[in-house]
Amino acid sequence: MKVEGIVVKVGDHIDTDVIIPGRYLGITDPVELGKHALEGLDPSFPAKLKPGVILVAGRNFGCGSSREEAPVALKAAGVRCIVAKSFARIFYRNAINVGLPIVECSDIQSYVKDGDKISVDLSSGTIEAAGVEFKFKPLPDFILRILEAGGLTNYIRRLRGLPIEV
Amino acid sequence: MNIAEKILARASGRSFVEPGEIVDAKVDRVMFHDLTGPMTLKAFEEMGGGLVWDPDRIVVIFDHIVPASSIASAENHAKLRRFVENQRIRWFYDVGRGGICHQVMVEKGHVCPGELIIGADSHTCMYGALGAFATGVGATDMAAILLTGRIWLRVPEAIMVKYTGSMPSYLSGKDLILYTIGKIGADGANYKAVIYSGSVIENLSMDDRLTMSNMAVEMGAKTGIVEPDETTLSYLKGRIDRNFSIVRSDGGAEYSEEYEFDVSDMEPQVACPYRVDNVKPVSEIEGIPIDQAFIGSCTNGRLSDLRIAAKILKGRKVSRGTRLIVIPASQDVYREALREGLIEVLLESGAMICNPTCGPCIGVHLGVLSSGETCIASINRNFIGRMGSRESKVYLASPATVAASAVEGRIADPRRYL
Repeated sequence: MKVEGIVVKVGDHIDTDVIIPGRYLGITDPVELGKHALEGLDPSFPAKLKPGVILVAGRNFGCGSSREEAPVALKAAGVRCIVAKSFARIFYRNAINVGLPIVECSDIQSYVKDGDKISVDLSSGTIEAAGVEFKFKPLPDFILRILEAGGLTNYIRRLRGLPIEV
Repeated sequence: MNIAEKILARASGRSFVEPGEIVDAKVDRVMFHDLTGPMTLKAFEEMGGGLVWDPDRIVVIFDHIVPASSIASAENHAKLRRFVENQRIRWFYDVGRGGICHQVMVEKGHVCPGELIIGADSHTCMYGALGAFATGVGATDMAAILLTGRIWLRVPEAIMVKYTGSMPSYLSGKDLILYTIGKIGADGANYKAVIYSGSVIENLSMDDRLTMSNMAVEMGAKTGIVEPDETTLSYLKGRIDRNFSIVRSDGGAEYSEEYEFDVSDMEPQVACPYRVDNVKPVSEIEGIPIDQAFIGSCTNGRLSDLRIAAKILKGRKVSRGTRLIVIPASQDVYREALREGLIEVLLESGAMICNPTCGPCIGVHLGVLSSGETCIASINRNFIGRMGSRESKVYLASPATVAASAVEGRIADPRRYL
C-alpha cells in the first residue's frame, strides 16, 4: 500500500481539541467536519489542507479527547497520511479505523518542508523524499488489512459478507 | 504478571500475556455517551447494523450536552433514545437520571475489580481506581464492540509510580497527579499502563484515587490502576449486584519504569496553559488574575471536592469581577451535597450551581470563555480553546486551589484557607 502527497508540517502535542474544537462535536457529516480541521491551531489552517496532503508532525500527535471526529475531519479535508514521531493511542486506533494511514517515523521531520512531495510505502516501511529514503517499522498485517479495506467499518462488513466500497 | 497483564490474560482466555502482544479480548462492559454516541450509531449502521451483542452489558449515559442546548443536540439525544429502546439496552441514564458518565459508572456499580471495561471517552481510564482495566476508544471501535463484544488490545508495558512520605492535609489527589504528569510528561506513558502505589495511595480516599486514575490519559497512558484493597471493597459495598474476583499483581511482577515521589513537602500544583504537563507549584504563579473559576467535571466534581470548596468559601464571597461555577458530578453527588448543606454555602458565596454535565470542560455550554479570559478549573485539560475561545487560558488545579482563587480573584494558595 503506497501513499503519495504534499507535505504540510505541524509541531509536537497536536491535541484533538485543536484538530476539531468541542463546539463542532455532534456533527457526523465528514465534509462539514473537514471544513474545520485544525482550526483550533490556526483559523487559516483548513485552507492549507487540500486533497493530497501528508501531515508531518512531531511527538504525541492526536493527544487528548477520544473524539473520532479528529481523524474524520483530517481525512475529509484531504489528508492522505500522517507521519509523526509518535501518536497518542486513541487517535492511533481511530485513524486506522476510519481508513487514514498513519506511520511513526522520527527522522523525516527536520528533512522535509511544507510543499515537498513525499511517498510513503506502508507495507515495506519506507518513506521517499527527494530521492532520500527513511525507514519506519511497518504496521502489523492485521492493521494493514483494515486500512486496505478502507477502515474498520468496511473490514467488518467484509467479515459479515456484506458488499463494500473502498 | 502485573494487574494489567492479569486482567488482559483473563479477558482473552490466556494463562499468560506479555507487553507488546496483541490480544483479542472479551469486554465485560461498555459505555458511550451523547457526544460519542451519534458517530458510534452511524458506524454501527454502516457496519450492517442488526442487534447488539449483549444489551445487558451496555451503558448509555447522557452527560456532555445536557439538557439539550440546541436543536442539533436534541436530535442527537432523540436518535440515541430510539437506539436504546430498539436494542433494549438495560442501563440508560437519561437527562436527570445519572450525571457525568464516569462518575455514574463507578457510583452505580458498573465497574468491578478485575473487569475489562471500554468506553467511548478518553477518561474511561478512571475506573482503574477500582482495580479494573479500563480504557477509552473512538466511535468505530465502540460500534465494533457493540456488534462483537470483543476488541483487539496491545498488552501495555506498565509504569509503577510510588508515593511515599507523609501527605500534608492541604494536598489532594489532584495535586499528586498534576505533579506526576509534570514529571512524566504528556506523552511519557504513551501506550502504557500506570500503576499507582505506595503508602500514600494506600491511605488515599476513593475520590482522590478516581481523580488520579482519571488523568492517567493526560500522560498518554492506556489506563491508570490502583490495586484493589479495603478502601476499594468498602466503596463497592452496596453498589455491585454481580460476582467478581479481585485481581492483584503477582509478587515479582515486571514494570518498564519505576518512579518514586516523596509528597511530604509537596506544594499545591497548577498546570499552566496550554499543556497538562506544564506544571508549577502554586507559589510560582500566585496572583495571576482570573475571570472565571470552575469546580466540576469527571476529574473533580465529587462530594469531597464540593466539601473542600464549601469549607474554603464558607462565610466568604467570590471576588467581584470573578465568577465561580460549580457542577456536582452526578445527581447523587448533587443530592448528598444538598443534604450536607454544601450547596447552600456555595450559593451564599456567590457561586452559580449548574446541573451535572461536562458542558464547560469541553467549551460547549454553561461557562464558555471569551477571548482574553482566564479560568482556573478543577478539570483535566488546558489545551488551546478547550473551554471556549482560542484566545482564552485555562489553569488546572485542585478544587481547594480553585476555591481559594475564586475568593481572591486571582490564582491563590489554598493553604491560607485550610
